[in-house]
Amino acid sequence: MALLRVDNMTHYFGGLRAVHNYSLVLEPGHIVGLIGPNGAGKTTIFNLISGIHTPTEGNIELAGQNLIGHQPHEIGAMGLGRTFQNLLLWRHMTVLEHVKMACYSQLGYGIWGAFFGSRRCHREEKRLTAKAMHLMETFDVDRFSSQLAVSLPYGAQRRVEMARAMATNPKVLFLDEPTAGMTPDELNRMITIIRKIHKEFDVAIFMIEHRLKFVMELCERIQTLVFGEVIAEGTPAEIKNNPDVIEAYLGKEDIG
Amino acid sequence: MDSQDNTLQQRKKGFRAWLQDFIAEIPLIGWLLGILGAVLVEYFLGDLISYYLGLPKIPVLFGFLTVLKKPLLIPGTAGYLILVYGLPILIIVKSLQKPANKLAGFLDKQRVTVAALFHLGIFYGALHFWADMSDYRLLVIKLTMIAIMLTLSINVINGYMGEFSCSHPGFMALGAYATSTITLLLFADDKQFGAALLPEALGLYFFPLALVAGGIVAALGALVIAIPSFRTRGDYLAIISLAFLFIVKSVIENLEFMGGPRGMSSQPHYSTLPMVFTVMVLCIWIINNFVRSTMGKALNAVRDNELAAEAMTVNTRKTKIITFMFGAFWAGVAGGLFAHVLRYVNPGSFGIQRLAEILAMVYFGGLNSVTGSIVGAVSINILSEALRPLEIYKWIIIPLLLILVMLFRPTGLIAFTEFKPKELMKPKQIRVEEK
Repeated sequence: MALLRVDNMTHYFGGLRAVHNYSLVLEPGHIVGLIGPNGAGKTTIFNLISGIHTPTEGNIELAGQNLIGHQPHEIGAMGLGRTFQNLLLWRHMTVLEHVKMACYSQLGYGIWGAFFGSRRCHREEKRLTAKAMHLMETFDVDRFSSQLAVSLPYGAQRRVEMARAMATNPKVLFLDEPTAGMTPDELNRMITIIRKIHKEFDVAIFMIEHRLKFVMELCERIQTLVFGEVIAEGTPAEIKNNPDVIEAYLGKEDIG
Repeated sequence: MDSQDNTLQQRKKGFRAWLQDFIAEIPLIGWLLGILGAVLVEYFLGDLISYYLGLPKIPVLFGFLTVLKKPLLIPGTAGYLILVYGLPILIIVKSLQKPANKLAGFLDKQRVTVAALFHLGIFYGALHFWADMSDYRLLVIKLTMIAIMLTLSINVINGYMGEFSCSHPGFMALGAYATSTITLLLFADDKQFGAALLPEALGLYFFPLALVAGGIVAALGALVIAIPSFRTRGDYLAIISLAFLFIVKSVIENLEFMGGPRGMSSQPHYSTLPMVFTVMVLCIWIINNFVRSTMGKALNAVRDNELAAEAMTVNTRKTKIITFMFGAFWAGVAGGLFAHVLRYVNPGSFGIQRLAEILAMVYFGGLNSVTGSIVGAVSINILSEALRPLEIYKWIIIPLLLILVMLFRPTGLIAFTEFKPKELMKPKQIRVEEK
């Protein structure tokens, strides 16, 4: 059974058709990439699946549960973690607080426990701190734990965001351009990290990426999106040689 | 040899460094004992000292009032302050340095609550004797403590959650009227509600419950605002909450059975110093617990980026509504205390000017900070009392100060800090040598 299944999803922003008849099947443990030129609607697809927008038509299922009509925080708690293209970090929070915050749905105490500082509350906070420390070690940001996340170098900020996404205990991880603005060195490091979390946490990964080298190396399957429609889907080798994809990216080949 | 070099170096650094070192070696408990000692000196010798310094009576509020009215008394007042506060505090603090550190070390090993109660007990003792010397002081202290509660509760909404709420005086009014209605109806013979329904002796024990009821009424008022305004983002809350403030005020003005514009009076004398102090401590404790927990940190996440908070499984809508009600609850409780401190309440005291005062205290003290709120509330309150003789000029000096703070520290004096009681009460190292 597919872990994440999207059937014939269509979305209109007013009169503009942003996504048309989009479908996706993500098996457990797979890495799928979504590529396409700017404005093709890639991030919109992410936002639709993670509940920020509700699709006009179509059906989305995560591990057999229907996601349509659920709030983003509910979808997050069901097992969909995500990062953002433009790094939505919290300005006044430390790295540790970032990672702990993403454990919100796993908090084992209620609002009264928080008010009165119950014993349970302290115990839970300790448990989450330990969990967060472990995650921060995995992403190699543990030495920054008490620094403000926004004060870190760019690559580290990306890793904090990924650690935060992993703290929600996702079954599926959405990465929105994980290498945007990275140097080649940082890029290679990111490949290692993604491989590592894929293996260690056993998550399926769905990523938007512009750098073909990166996608080709990591993904088992790639979808190409142009003007909200998937024009090609297949293995990296197939995509690389698909004339439609080449056309979308480079323009038509002139065989005159 | 090493330490000798160090002391030499320290001398060279001058008075400021010496003062810093001096302060760094005194634990909080030492300061509290010093203050208690100074207050006791004033309590027993104050009249005598002020008589010999040629002062008409003991300077009530650190001499501000006397000095501003009669500049000729400046030397006498300064002498009084040094003799009564300065010297005793320094002497006690210095002589008790070692035992105080030992005591702090002992308390550090106990549970935080025990240590905190011990500290608070000493502090309350000092406040008690200080306030015992004049009714004016008592009133100022009570109003300051109420201001702390108000500032802290609005800081939760405006600072921690980053929304801009203007309805705090409205919540205060709801709390004040609800609490007053309960106490007047049940425990007092008065014009509005007639004879007391329950024996008056029970009143003081029921008062906390009445306060909670007032807080709940205010929280329900907050729910009325929260449901429509938190569907959207941005300035809507500011506008809706401002409207709410005016609605509450005019509704109360038009409710004849609550006294209308004349207000309600002759509330029983329930807001005693221990009562106000205890409620304030509870307020600080609960709010501090909340904002330090991960659940409370969700407020910061909502403020800094709501979309990210939502994607990271935070139920932002619920968080916002609960926090708003929580802030309103404490405003209501503060309002209830306020009504019983003045033993009179009318709609006029919950207008736009009160709002300006509360906002000034929050933004002066510092957003997102419990310490900041306390500092802001205390300093603005004491300052506005102290500058009272300047009359209208007071309203030039205080706004000017606010503007200066906004210029140099846009988020307030002590913003974005965590208030950690355990750290605060830690014993201080007596430094023999420094690096």
